[in-house]
This record gives sequence, structure tokens and C-alpha cells, in this order.
Amino acid sequence: MNTEVIQDIAQAEEGTSLWQDAWVRLRKNHLAVLGLVVLLFMIVIALLTPWIAPYAYDAQNLDLGATPPSAAHWLGTDVFGRDLLTQIMYGGRISLAVGFIATSVALLIGVSWGAIAGYVGGRTDAIMMRLVDILYALPFMIFIVLLMVVFGRNVILLFLAIGAVEWLTMARIMRGQMQSLRQQEFVEAAVSLGLPPATIIRRHLVPNALGPIIVYTTLTIPSVMLLEAFLSFLGLGIQPPQTSWGLLISYGAETMEEYPWLLIYPGLTLTITLFSLNFLGDGLRDALDVRGSKD
Amino acid sequence: MALLEVRDLGVSFVTRNGVNKAVDGISFDVEAGKITAIIGESGSGKSVACYSMLGLVPMPPGRIDGGSAHFDGQDLLQMSEAELRKIRGRDIAMIFQDPMTCLNPFMRIGEQMIEPLVLHRGTSKAEAMERAIELLGEVGIREPASTINCYPHEFSGGMRQRVMIAMALINEPRLLIADEPTTALDVTIQAQILQLIAELQKSRDIGVIFISHDLAVVADIADQIAVMQEGRIVERGDREAIFSHAEHPYTQKLLSAIPSGGKENAQAHDDTLVRVRNLKTWFHSGEETVKAVDDVSFEIRRGEILGMVGESGSGKSTIGRSLLRLVPVTGGEVEFDGVDVTALEGTALKDMRRRMQMIFQDPFASLNPRMTVFDTLAEPLLLHGIETRKSVSQAVLKLMDDVGLMRSAVRKYPHEFSGGQRQRIAIGRALATRPEFVVADEPVSALDVTIQAQILDLMEALGREYGLTMLFVSHDLAVVKHLADRIVVLYQGRIVEQGTGDSLFANPQEPYTQRLLGAIPGRHLL
Repeated sequence: MNTEVIQDIAQAEEGTSLWQDAWVRLRKNHLAVLGLVVLLFMIVIALLTPWIAPYAYDAQNLDLGATPPSAAHWLGTDVFGRDLLTQIMYGGRISLAVGFIATSVALLIGVSWGAIAGYVGGRTDAIMMRLVDILYALPFMIFIVLLMVVFGRNVILLFLAIGAVEWLTMARIMRGQMQSLRQQEFVEAAVSLGLPPATIIRRHLVPNALGPIIVYTTLTIPSVMLLEAFLSFLGLGIQPPQTSWGLLISYGAETMEEYPWLLIYPGLTLTITLFSLNFLGDGLRDALDVRGSKD
Repeated sequence: MALLEVRDLGVSFVTRNGVNKAVDGISFDVEAGKITAIIGESGSGKSVACYSMLGLVPMPPGRIDGGSAHFDGQDLLQMSEAELRKIRGRDIAMIFQDPMTCLNPFMRIGEQMIEPLVLHRGTSKAEAMERAIELLGEVGIREPASTINCYPHEFSGGMRQRVMIAMALINEPRLLIADEPTTALDVTIQAQILQLIAELQKSRDIGVIFISHDLAVVADIADQIAVMQEGRIVERGDREAIFSHAEHPYTQKLLSAIPSGGKENAQAHDDTLVRVRNLKTWFHSGEETVKAVDDVSFEIRRGEILGMVGESGSGKSTIGRSLLRLVPVTGGEVEFDGVDVTALEGTALKDMRRRMQMIFQDPFASLNPRMTVFDTLAEPLLLHGIETRKSVSQAVLKLMDDVGLMRSAVRKYPHEFSGGQRQRIAIGRALATRPEFVVADEPVSALDVTIQAQILDLMEALGREYGLTMLFVSHDLAVVKHLADRIVVLYQGRIVEQGTGDSLFANPQEPYTQRLLGAIPGRHLL
């Protein structure tokens, strides 16, 4: 046995070779790596913000008013004389958290819900999917307002509420994938090997449905961030002096004729984040599709 | 002068990895009123050669390297796309392997049939319809006047192929190119379609190019045979010459790949391993109940290979799946080593699954595309605690040796293998748990003949080495006879006849068995 094979087997013994292979392929995709680096950078900044932000997030300077970028305020200040860079940094904490946590909630519920419904089929499937239909039909604003009224307003609840709305489409996509995949003979082969259903779903079905899921996830994160801005704008989300990218952009849009930087910089930050997400998402999808790989 | 004269035809595909010569200077003639068969395995260039003449190979990546193809005195290779379009469908028509994908599912048969007639000849609709009905009758469709208004899905596979043939004939072509027209069909249907093509070709005096991977298929109908390998014609001659004294080693290999002969009696034990009593598997679709398996009883002794034949819809695959509890059983008993399998649940069922395994028909569907060979083979070993994480790699490599796969391929994904190699992986997975009983569901019918022979040999050898008892399901009697100790013939969910291969072949009792036997292509070769 040659050394290469031994090495290969040593690697294979780790078990999750699909993900390892995906990682190797992802690293070869420069755009995806760039996207990943930018995202990690954003996350690190967001985590460190309380210590590295140039000003306090609620520090106003009403004498200053709205000023364009300067040495003291790199990205300028808003009408209350608050430092825009600081605002963007603090806003990133909320926006990134909403984006990732709400999407993770949606992913977790949607993928498991859809996978189970699609795999089990029959009456279980019918009941589970009718529930999804009912939730679809419920106007989500009412749903969120109700949650806010019952549980009071807090940020965590906001995350959960958005996630609880976004998982519906995810479940639909996953179920469709499952239904076509479970007809495949390799699933039958897995059954005949004696694998329990949970393992079949986890090892054989979900990995084969990842493509559309990843694409949809990268679309969900930005839409979740904008949803948060919308809710905040209506007074249902977070309130000043706390802020988020979405809020900054909507306030910036109101004053863009007089103070364009208040729109440009938050907008630019969000755009860069979304680009990075899309590059990473596309890269991940390609990396996980073993058939597309050229080694 | 021949109808089609091909000289030194060369076709290449230009890819990033270099130039791939798909067809490398081939020459052959097609006479009017004769069938010329082009035989070769997938990738031999047989289809590319014919498609390129009609301008049906996308260029690029395709590229015609040279040569000529004179049809009726005109060189097809020099024609413009517009001129070729006129010839296609009018003077030269094609039929394909899978009639379902070639028919538009949203158009009635009649509308599709008259399209070329209206397009190429400018015939009126009513006249064209009349002609279409006439042709449907000629290709053996019953009540053509009413069936012409059906949609493609309302026909069976064999009927669809008849419709395709009628469509191909509607413009009275002088050359018909048939690309594996019977490969997707059952043997009995195949025999009918072959006969139909031969009859039509004689009555209309047209030339036919018959492309196939299987020499046996053309043994009864071809006048001329050209054998292709890796882009070249390695041997060419009339049928008798090829079958009686083939010279090229590859032709001889193809001939020897035709399964023939019976099986010498193996060491079957006396004790019964599998006992099936009054098995019923019914499916409910809406109001209808489909009795896929209806009151079937049989026994398989330990170490025996039981062949099960029947056409699609006979319930043969469902029986295999019922034994392995892959479909819910409606009634009856399946006893495995004294235990009623139909009643097992939980760990008892899981433990039973270790002892009985399945090999599937389509090696492209039966392997998880996102699992490496290693993961695929290691999964059953780890699941049943046969090996630990530490020792599993040695066991996987041993399995790969057993089924004839390179050890260095252990980290590859299924799509990187050929069909035959993938079937080896699937066999390895089935044997990983050292089962006593294996259901093989048409394990070679998706493969080229030469590969078929290899896989059958492998299964035979492994069966002996592992001491397997096997249920071998197939629509191909010749293959089953080659491998099985006893044969069960299935028709519409019931067993109509059973016996040893020799007795069944020599003295079939039931008319259905006789029909199956008569349908074996090239049966005089056996």
C-alpha cells in the first residue's frame, strides 16, 4: 500500500470526508475565501465594538450637528452629532446577530421540519405541511405584533420571531428535495443496510439537498436584516439610541439630499456584507457539489 | 452504388484536457434494403459517428477531422445546416433508445407525428392525419384512429417505441438510423420491435443503421456488422462471417460475452434458508389496488442461486423488496432461517438486515453521490459493529480487493467511476456485512455486454467465496440460465413455471415461458 493511500485512509477515518473535501475545494475559490475573510472581519469588529469604538454609542454633540467625514469623525456625524462610525459598529452587532441567529433558527426548524415531512410522507407529511400553510396564511406582522404584545419587546424575541417566519419557505424547499431524493435507490440501499431513519436523513438525504438550501440561506440573511430594519422603523424592533444597519439606512434615506454620507456609509457596509455572503454561499454550494469538482 | 458511403470519417472533441478522438477514420457502406449494424460499447464512438453525419453533434466541442459521407451521391459533411435540416427527418430518420424523452409529453401523438409531414412536405393537416393513422396501423398499434389522440404517457414503453418508428417513417425516409432502440425494453417487447424493424425495412426497401452494444440483439436481423472499439472499426463483414469466424480478438470477446450455457450443479445444501408462503404485496393508488405480487410461494435452499424472470410489471422486483422488508407486505409469510421476517421490528429487524442484502439495478442511482467509496463501504461495517473505527480501513480495503477495485480509488466519489466499477462498489457494500442471502435486482441490465459478463463472473466467484444464497432477478433468461441453479418464471404477479435452467429451456410447459424463450436475442447462438 503506498503512502498516499495510507494518508487518505487516515483522513477518511475522521468520518466527515464530505465536509473536509468541501473545505479543500472552498479554499481554492478565491472569491469565496475573500467573502469569508470579510465576514469574519465584520464579526470580530462587531464583537470588539464596546472596547474599540471611538465614541460611546449614545454620546451626542448637539452643537456639532451633521458634519461630513473629518479627522475626528472618520465617517461624519448625524443630526444629533453622533459619530457615524460608532453607530455603524454598534449597528453591526444587532444586524449581524439578527441575520445569523434568525437564519440559524429558520434553518434548524425548516430543514428538520421539511426533512421529516418529506421522508416520512403520508398523513404525517400532510399534517405537517398543512401547518406550514396555515402559518403562511397568517400575516406575519400580526404574528410578530402578537408576540411583542404577549412577551414584551426584547431583542432575543425579535430574533426568534423573524426566524419563526422565515423557516416556512425553508421547510417547503427541503420537503420538495426530500420527496425526490427518497425515491432514489441509494436511500433504499441505506434502509436495507439497517440504518435508522434519523441517520438516513442526516447522512444520505440532507447532504444531497444542501445546494438549494445554501442558496436560499444566503438569500435569507439579507432579507432578515432588512426585515429587522422594517420592524424597527415601525417601532416594533430595537429603539434608539440602539441602532442597526437597517435603521441607519432608513434614517439616512430620509436625509440623503442634505447629508448623503449618512446613507452612503451604512449602505456600503451592508452591501459589502451581502456581497461577501453571496460569494461565500456560491462557493459553498460548488464546494459541496462533489460532481462539479475538478481535481 | 450504396445508399450511404462513409469514408475515413473522423470526429474529435476538443476539451480543456486535450483533444479526444471519438471517431478515428472509419469507413462503411449502407445498402438500400439492408440492415447494417454498428456494435460497440459505450464510448466506442458508434453513436457519435452517426450523429456527426447529420450535424447533430454540437460543434464545438465536436469537430469533424475529415473524411466524407456520401448519401445518394451528396456529401453530408459538406452540407450547410439548412440543407442538412431538409435531409434530416425527410430522407434520413432516427429512432432513439428512450422513446419517452423523445416525445413531447404535452402533445398528442397525432400532432407530433404529422409535424414533419406538414413541415417538410407541406401536406394538409387532414391528409397528414390519415397517413399517420395508416402508419400506426402498420407498426402494430391497435385501433390507430382513436389512439392517435392519446398522449405519450398513455402508451407502454414498447408501444411508444412503435409510435417513434411510425414517426420516423412518416416522411418515407430512405435511411433509418436506430440508436439502441430496444435497450430500454423487455426481452419479449425487444423481440417484437426487432421483428418490426426487419419487416418494415424489407417491405419499404430502406437502408437501416442499427446501433447497439449487444451483438446478440442484431444476430437475427443484421445483414452487415461493423464492430467498433475506441473510435475504430476493428472488424467488418456480413453476419455469418462475424458469428462463425470472427477474427479480431475484440469481436471474439463480444461474442463470448453473450451469456450461454447452463450452470454446473453447485453444492446447494438440503436445508431451506428462505421459505416464502402465499406472499402478497399489493399497492393502493387511489381507488385502485395493484396486486404486484399475488399469492407467491417458493423456497430457496442454502447456497442456491434462484433465478427469477419475468417482464416489467410481473412483480419480480417487488418480491425481492418484500423479502427484504423494503416494501410493506400485504399478506403471507417470509421465513428466513426459521424466523418470520414480516413480523420483525426494531433491533431484531436491524439484525436481520445484516444477514440479507440487496444489489440494485442502476449503479448510478444506488450509490449516494456525496459519499466516497470509503464511506459507502465503511457505513455498514460500523453500523453493525463488525469493525471498529480503528480497524475499518483494513476491512474496506479488503472489500475493494474482493470486488476488484483499485485501492487507490478509496477516496473517490461515485461519479468518478464507470458503470461497471460503480456496480462493483454496490456489490462491495452489499457484501460488507457478510450476509447469508442477497437479492440481486437486475444487477447487470444497465451495463454494456462486456461489462455484464465481468460483473456476472464476479458475482459467481464471490457467491462461492462468501457462501451466498441468492435471489437473482432479471428479465433476461439467458443471463439467469447462466447463473442460476433453478429458475422461477413470473407473470402478472404469479409464478407460472419453475424448474432447472436446462429443463426449462429444453421443455417449457407454459405458453408464457415459451414466449420468453423465443424472445431471447440470438438464441440460435446458445
